[in-house]
Amino acid sequence: MTRAKEERNRAMLRARDAMDAGYDRELDVAALARLACCSPSHFIRTFSATFGETPHRYLQRRRVERAMYLLRSTSTSVTDVCWSVGFSSLGTFVRTFVRIVGETPTAYRARGPLPAVPTCFAMRWLRPSGLTEESSFGEAPAATPGLASRSC
Amino acid sequence: MLTSLTITSLYVLDQDQALDFYVGTLGLEVGTDADLGFMRWLTVRVPGETREVLLERPGPPAMDGTTAEQVRDLVTKGASAGTLFFNTDDVQQTWDDLKAKGVELPEEPTSRGYGTDFGFRDPFGNHVRIAQLPG
Repeated sequence: MTRAKEERNRAMLRARDAMDAGYDRELDVAALARLACCSPSHFIRTFSATFGETPHRYLQRRRVERAMYLLRSTSTSVTDVCWSVGFSSLGTFVRTFVRIVGETPTAYRARGPLPAVPTCFAMRWLRPSGLTEESSFGEAPAATPGLASRSC
Repeated sequence: MLTSLTITSLYVLDQDQALDFYVGTLGLEVGTDADLGFMRWLTVRVPGETREVLLERPGPPAMDGTTAEQVRDLVTKGASAGTLFFNTDDVQQTWDDLKAKGVELPEEPTSRGYGTDFGFRDPFGNHVRIAQLPG
């Protein structure tokens, strides 16, 4: 590995941190690519090579993770949860949530409160990445083969 | 019976740069900075505390070149488990100070269930969080 690779890693991590911090805002690939100091197409390619998923997929699942947290740890309405994690359409939110988590936001909420852990660890461990061999906490069971690993 | 935790280790890619960041910018103090010949033993701590963080550079002879490259790869991806949690008595003031010093701060102090905190990275990719806890 070269120092250039390390700098590339660090730049991709910078863009990923920006998604973790700004998931509730409109984030476009152009802005993230600027943060990582590369062109949009190069950014998408390099991010995927670095973290194993596209930036879009990462952000979408960050938003779903934050929604999962809000649903189970607050009494915020499903509609408000949708807006506050950065989705701009309730239909898209519910459809995406069901595809990734395997149940509706309302059904997921009925599982009850999540244990309290520092937010950064919750964000690291509870994002339904679909990258584990076994089902991660809150990840949809293997009933939807292909979908979980489809790049967005 | 164990009585205390004294030293934990953190991988850094450059010890001079680490010293500059952890002491010059974050305000920690040097515990020991000694050239042992085979390694530079560099520890830092919160002023007045006894617990120290060893800022260790991955590389030969402690590990072979290929392994060191793997460690450096993981550190820069933020995947080396390098995480430091600090407490402060004024999280906003700390954030303002670090911002003024030019530290990259991706998030602002945020109220959580356990207190108010914010996170950022050291120059290498290690995760640093600073919290103000209630009480």
